[in-house]
Amino acid sequence: MDQNRTSRRSFLTLAMATPLAAGALAACGGSSGPGQAAEGDATIWFLTGEPKEAIRRQTVELFNERSEVGDLAVTAFQNDAYKTKIRTSIGAGQAPTLIFSWGGGSVRDWAEAGQIEDLTSWIEENPEVKERLFDAAWTPGIVDEKVYAVPHETVQPVVLYYNKKLFDQVGAQPPATWDDLMALVPVFNAAGIAPISLAGQSRWTTMMWLEFLVERVGGQEAFLAINENQPNPWSNPDVIQALTMAQDLVKAGGFVDGFTSVVADQNADQALLYTDKAAMLLQGSWVYGSMKADGGDFVPGGNLGYQSFPVVTGGKGDPTSTVGNPAQYYSISADATEEQKEIARAYLADGALNDEIATAFIQEAGEVPVLKGIVDQLSESPDPEWMQFVYDVASNAAFFGQSWDQAISPTAAEELLNNIAQLFLLEIDPQTFANNMNAAQAAQ
Amino acid sequence: MSNAPVGTVAVGPAAAGSAPASSSGRRTGSLTWLVLPALGFFIAFGIVPLVGVLVLSFTSWDGIGDVRYAGLDSWRSVLTDPGLPHALLVTFLIMALSWAFQTPISLLIGVFIAGNQRYRAVLAVLYFIPLLLSSAAVAIVFKALLDPNFGIGPGLGLGFLAQDWLGRPWLALFVVVFVVSWQFVPFHSLIYQGGVRQIPASMYEAAQLDGAGRVKQFFHITIPQLKYTIITSSTLMVVGSLTFFDLIFVLTQGGPGDATRSLALDMYLRGFRANLMGPASAIAVILVLVGLALALLLQRLGGKDSNTSQLEGA
Repeated sequence: MDQNRTSRRSFLTLAMATPLAAGALAACGGSSGPGQAAEGDATIWFLTGEPKEAIRRQTVELFNERSEVGDLAVTAFQNDAYKTKIRTSIGAGQAPTLIFSWGGGSVRDWAEAGQIEDLTSWIEENPEVKERLFDAAWTPGIVDEKVYAVPHETVQPVVLYYNKKLFDQVGAQPPATWDDLMALVPVFNAAGIAPISLAGQSRWTTMMWLEFLVERVGGQEAFLAINENQPNPWSNPDVIQALTMAQDLVKAGGFVDGFTSVVADQNADQALLYTDKAAMLLQGSWVYGSMKADGGDFVPGGNLGYQSFPVVTGGKGDPTSTVGNPAQYYSISADATEEQKEIARAYLADGALNDEIATAFIQEAGEVPVLKGIVDQLSESPDPEWMQFVYDVASNAAFFGQSWDQAISPTAAEELLNNIAQLFLLEIDPQTFANNMNAAQAAQ
Repeated sequence: MSNAPVGTVAVGPAAAGSAPASSSGRRTGSLTWLVLPALGFFIAFGIVPLVGVLVLSFTSWDGIGDVRYAGLDSWRSVLTDPGLPHALLVTFLIMALSWAFQTPISLLIGVFIAGNQRYRAVLAVLYFIPLLLSSAAVAIVFKALLDPNFGIGPGLGLGFLAQDWLGRPWLALFVVVFVVSWQFVPFHSLIYQGGVRQIPASMYEAAQLDGAGRVKQFFHITIPQLKYTIITSSTLMVVGSLTFFDLIFVLTQGGPGDATRSLALDMYLRGFRANLMGPASAIAVILVLVGLALALLLQRLGGKDSNTSQLEGA
């Protein structure tokens, strides 16, 4: 066993060094060296991307100023690069003290491998930690009734953004139903405007369309069957119908030309919307802040519209249901020293999301933090309507589905994303997709 | 640019060190000693990981849990996966196309910059620039230039450049080949330049006296004399393109769909995205075997005397 451990670590260290060089270059925006910190300090890794990167840094700086137990040292990574990096680092025993995640399948993997701390007893001893955050946010951090990840940051439903200027130009209304949406496609195409912007190379963006279609057509049971890895969840006729509808939209020319080479990490999908090249965009609530920052007059000028995903007539889903990220999560590495864990727990208790940070998320990022009692603050934000909309979507949802790629195991998620890319390229039909995915999830 | 063959540099210090030695025993001893550092590095960074990968290919491991023995499971899943023949096809297509694209261009540029005129030296420096850039940087820049909505075509209003370069399966493959070639043509030009400069001027003078023109000289002297340079350069291209990874990873991530998912990329995505270290290691072993076979084949093509000089009595 011991031997196994050494060989797998040295193998990983080697393996990490080479292929990740490419990812590291993309990820070097503002990182402060490798995960090693000064003696006694704990380490924390999180994601780049303004405006939230600045808030995350501010969070750590505030904590370090006040902390009596020790400091946190920061390293920041780009989203897609981080997902690979964190797993390799955990496997190689080089994990940071605080591990950022979206809960769900990856937390389950780490917990089952004994790589992250069971925080259940700590939370029972400190009930105030649990009580101050949204109740629904805790679920994705729980594995077999034990808490392995603590929520922080914001609730992020996926919403349908649209460009009001372009809708006025063609004299159309935003789609209330799927049929409306399909009817809009030829209207925009005839006007030389792409109906829908989509960052197809990133694949999880494409997945959002399927998530909503499955929920709207098949209801939350169909959706949960996938997240909970029930047998053959993809053979459900409703799911097949959802897959077929997605392909119909592709065939009708619903997505922007070249969507398969557009990348979300570079915000190209948002750029298509705010440069008036595309009329609609299905994306997480987190892109509001970056569209506001990058889009010039687009958001302040009132050109950005947003609404929930259209209803599918005759579908089993609830129109208020949504999908997305219930929160972000931090876990504590089991490899960390007792001193580092102490710092990490102090940070989770009231550093990661306190009143000041919650205000920063509301004021600067336009997102709704998962901290209770922030409703009053929403109206004082620079974007009160948007904030209220997100809050209502999140709190009134009959069902808040966690993103598939986060909920299921990383192995099945990779297979899912591959198959989704091929489905949207029309390279495979819905039945093949369902067979591939049933097999992939059964192997887990 | 020195005309000395590379071999003499390596032999130099060893020969000098052993010359005063009186007994043959001491001589062998000192030579063995000199090999050790290189051998150490080779074992540490070549053999040990190779054995590690071979062992891992018979296990089941998700990257963080325990490594479990799984017999031939990984091999079975890799060999029955329709993704493997496709990845092999993509790999060989990239290999063949980039060889066919790079070789004539590098050969011509190499012959051109082998001339001694000063302006050619200036051009040689310019041609060399792409090689100085990191693959990831090259890929990011090309990705931005080729963007169908915000790239160089729409930006300059050039309709024919506003293609969906990386979004259509076959086109994306050709774009990958082009960008790979753009980056590595300078390197191979350099090899050919060195090769051309070693061809004795007397051969050209004799040919000129016999009335051969420039084109005839090129085909009857330059190309036959460059036979081994061509083999060296081709080996580097072929084996290099087998493990080619970073540029494709940044440019397309193997997409659209799996159109540019080469074997090396497939290995990485399986190992580090899907966390299937067993099957990824099996693919790595396949890569090693294919690479070895190709290198041996190319050596054979060169004949047994490929390491001896061509200059005299050829």
